Amino acid sequence: MTTLTDILFWQAGFNTSVVLIGCTLLGASAGVVGCFAVLRQRSLVADAIGHATLPGVMLGYLLALVITGEGRRLPWLLGGAAVTGLLGVLAVQAIVATRRLREDAAIAAVLSIFFGVGVLLLSYIQTLSTPDRGGLTHFILGQTAAMSRTDALMIGVVGLAAMLVVIALAKELRLVAFDESLARAQGWPVLVLDVLLMAVITAVMVVAIQVVGMLLVVAMLIIPPAAARHWSDRFAPVVVLSGVLGGLAAYAGAAASAVGENIPIGAAIVLASGVAFALGLLLSPRRGVLLGAFRSARLRFVVRAQHRLRHLHASRHARPDGFIDRLLLAWLVRQGLARRTGSRYETTARGDEACDLAKRAARTWQSAVGLDQSVRLSPGADAVEHVLSREMIERLEQDLRSRRKTP
Amino acid sequence: MSPLPPSEPIPTSLADFPEHSPESPLSIHNVTVAYRHRPVLWDIDYDAPKRALVAVVGPNGAGKSTLMKACLGLLPLAAGRVEFWGSPFASQRLRVGYVPQREAVDWEFPVNVLDVAVMGRYGRLGWFRRVSAKDRAIALECLDRVGMADLAKRQISELSGGQQQRVFLARALAQEADLYLMDEPLAGVDAATERTIIEILRQLRQSGRTVLVVHHDLSTVPEYFDHVLLLNTRVIAAGPVQEAFTPDNLHATYAGRLTALDDAAEALARLREGRPPL
Repeated sequence: MTTLTDILFWQAGFNTSVVLIGCTLLGASAGVVGCFAVLRQRSLVADAIGHATLPGVMLGYLLALVITGEGRRLPWLLGGAAVTGLLGVLAVQAIVATRRLREDAAIAAVLSIFFGVGVLLLSYIQTLSTPDRGGLTHFILGQTAAMSRTDALMIGVVGLAAMLVVIALAKELRLVAFDESLARAQGWPVLVLDVLLMAVITAVMVVAIQVVGMLLVVAMLIIPPAAARHWSDRFAPVVVLSGVLGGLAAYAGAAASAVGENIPIGAAIVLASGVAFALGLLLSPRRGVLLGAFRSARLRFVVRAQHRLRHLHASRHARPDGFIDRLLLAWLVRQGLARRTGSRYETTARGDEACDLAKRAARTWQSAVGLDQSVRLSPGADAVEHVLSREMIERLEQDLRSRRKTP
Repeated sequence: MSPLPPSEPIPTSLADFPEHSPESPLSIHNVTVAYRHRPVLWDIDYDAPKRALVAVVGPNGAGKSTLMKACLGLLPLAAGRVEFWGSPFASQRLRVGYVPQREAVDWEFPVNVLDVAVMGRYGRLGWFRRVSAKDRAIALECLDRVGMADLAKRQISELSGGQQQRVFLARALAQEADLYLMDEPLAGVDAATERTIIEILRQLRQSGRTVLVVHHDLSTVPEYFDHVLLLNTRVIAAGPVQEAFTPDNLHATYAGRLTALDDAAEALARLREGRPPL
């Protein structure tokens, strides 16, 4: 029996290795191409392409059946998928051009109509008695078993080619995505670039549907860029990271599917990239939810501690009042702003100095924003004085003095 | 308009029209632009002067942004022609810089300030060519001129409105154009940024360039600009500020709605869309 370690370390036989490589290349390619799709705001259109491939697969099957006598020929199926996928995009564009519907509604309409036609054709094919009609449902939900070596090879090659095209045109595609009007004013053929991008997206999706299925295929394009965005604000790192994450997720998903007979490859890949996305959402140092929550909690604590310090300064000494108060005072002691004698706390010389500075900050801030000293600021505005540095206070004071001199 | 007699040659360039000069950086001839059959600009005829700061002034919906976009080929012309130095835009692209409205782009896009400024150089680069160190140096110098060199590595989502505007200006400067079309570069910027931008506009004029600026603050027009283009679907008045920027013209631009024209346009639009006439 094949084990996970066999697969992860390429010991599970040539066939499995080829499938793993093909899937990984496809995942990396979808991650890279997906960045451009997301930044050009084509995520939903990509989803429409995915759904619109279904009738093409079925028509390809029927055509191949009629002409060659055998329906399940991959080039026919994928050719059909590409044709109706692109037809779906054109239908969306045409509907938007009439200005009767917004793009999101147009996409939803096209997506469901094409998918409906596909399902209709599928159920018709199921009534035929052709022996090879069973595999067609794989195009909806993806495969559970391993694919053939030639399929994997083709997937990998198409993925690699798609990735190379968008990387070669990265400068142009990025410009169009960021500022279409500048791109057009500079004379770039925006329409050609857009069509090219849609063609590359379609190519990736068409080869991906037989692996992950048309329902989940859009996730391979959209989730890796979203996950990568958590970790960088620069374009090139986002693209590279998105490719890496997409490749890793596809590798993990394909490996999991090769171990567990009943694990569908598509769901496993999507789940793996979903985990990467969730981790980024929680842990990213810049935009992460956890660190953000920690930072705002720390600010709230520091603000409260500074209020406590002023209070202590005014009342000369105090005993802790409750658990939180004890925490605040302990923090002040650790900062060297207060000292503890027995059960009593009092401010240190440094603490007194910090209080003076805070008072000056509050006064200066209020004057600087043009408020009367008697006005009580809202808690949010109040917090500002706690983040002013000594230099900023001195600059504000200087500014105020010079303003008073020249009314 | 009566058709030309067959013997007369059909004019091929705006220079054939006596009222347009090939010297002018921007000649607009009989331009009409329509959104869904509804004319936004009607019969615009205008020559921008050389070495000038021109304020493009008019109420909301007067077609100021539309005029700039139409000149740059971003919107189709229903009629008319636009030429730059007597030639079509396609042959003069590099000499024309454009500053779009700030809202035109997604400021969450993963690029930094320098990346945006460098985009002004893309028009000179061509397909597949990568940004050179020289391009980057020029972009950085332009950021310095607008006072943004210190923030070159800053992610654009962290900029204030005035800083975003200055980045757009630096991007246009990096193109090293001879004519600039700027769509509300002073909208929502603080006083310091406004001074910086005006100073740069004056430098551009000093070096012989022409800048057209969509501008909303009427009170600063005489101080900042030497020419004005009063626009409300049609050209109401155009010329040096002291001649064209008169109370009568302003009244015509802002208060006098061109009712007859509006009604005609509305009727036309209804007809084309198959709706019953009013």
